[in-house]
Amino acid sequence: MSLHTNARATSVVDLVGGTPLLRLRSVEARAGTGAEIWAKAEFDNPGGSVKDRAARQMILDALADGRLTPDKTLIDSTSGNTGVAYSMIGAALGVKVALVMPANVSAARKHITQAYGTELIFSSELEGSDGAIRMVKRIVDEDPARWFYPDQYANPSNPRAHYLGTGAEILEQTDGRVTHFVAGVGTTGTLMGTGRRLKEHDPRIRVVGMQPEDALHGLEGLKHLPSSIVPAIWQPDGIVDDTIWLPTDEGWDMSEFLIEHEGLFVGHSAGGNVASALRLARTAKAGDVIVTVLCDRGDRYFKPLRWERTYVW
Amino acid sequence: MAKVRIPTPLRKFTDGKEEVIAAGASVRAVIDELERMHPGIKTKICDDSGAVRKFINLFANEEDVRFLQAMDTPLTDKDELSIVPAIAGG
Repeated sequence: MSLHTNARATSVVDLVGGTPLLRLRSVEARAGTGAEIWAKAEFDNPGGSVKDRAARQMILDALADGRLTPDKTLIDSTSGNTGVAYSMIGAALGVKVALVMPANVSAARKHITQAYGTELIFSSELEGSDGAIRMVKRIVDEDPARWFYPDQYANPSNPRAHYLGTGAEILEQTDGRVTHFVAGVGTTGTLMGTGRRLKEHDPRIRVVGMQPEDALHGLEGLKHLPSSIVPAIWQPDGIVDDTIWLPTDEGWDMSEFLIEHEGLFVGHSAGGNVASALRLARTAKAGDVIVTVLCDRGDRYFKPLRWERTYVW
Repeated sequence: MAKVRIPTPLRKFTDGKEEVIAAGASVRAVIDELERMHPGIKTKICDDSGAVRKFINLFANEEDVRFLQAMDTPLTDKDELSIVPAIAGG
């Protein structure tokens, strides 16, 4: 159910998913091929990002099959948005949450997660999300009984959220007209789950993954897989047709274009996704329907101002 | 001279080393020395005009050099220069 409907809900958890599909005409105009570009407005989720979907599914599935019990604390590594989602849903359902984040995640995400009562543990700012993954595994290995470790990079409930939600919603919202889906990869959950659902509907739908062009990049939340710990849920055979290797600047420029021309203040991963959709649109046919994802809002990424710097390391 | 802390994605240039000692009395001089020692690393940190790329943060000890004197920020052999990229993945 969408925040745009008048439907009633009994928990914030029920507000996850059902996001609007938004047409990006100013981006279509740049391609000039007559292809349509649409984007799922994932910032409309109650936690503010696409990660609400995966976190909700991982927690609900674990509660249902007994992996998550009241004596356990949920712990996972995250570059931020998954942490906000775990924190929000944990607070709503009475689940304690601890997170391992690289020390250089944005101040906004540190403050938001802590507001929900979440405990934060910081890993090295030089080692990125892979450093956080290694640290959470060490912590869990020391006392496995204490923790529920969903492991968003390996948990089938992560892509399942997108198989049941994002993919099915895109088919419904485009009346089955979707011809292309493109999304950047972090845990790879969005691409794997949505892609699987779309391929089942029609194997001719082109499913394209986007990755940063270089190991050192500024598309926060996305992974350059050749230089990273590859997530266990990344199983592209039969689902992913192609990869776009995107320079950071192309994604950042698109974020600026979207705020100026569409009034959409989105993060750099969303900019990267739309930049990738534009690349596809340039070689697409009139009437093709390209769908991507606006992962979150740009206000998650404000740099601290001089008088409010509170670096942790 | 300063101790330079190298992030994981750049350690392919430094033979896997997490820390490198580089000569130079400013951020600019230290980065140039780093490039001399480990060719190719500078273009990852700086754009064609020599400015720090927007998505890279350089910290002199705990201060973002943007809030100091940017590339002209002085460094001594007691200082640490950290190269901190954006965060990838999940």
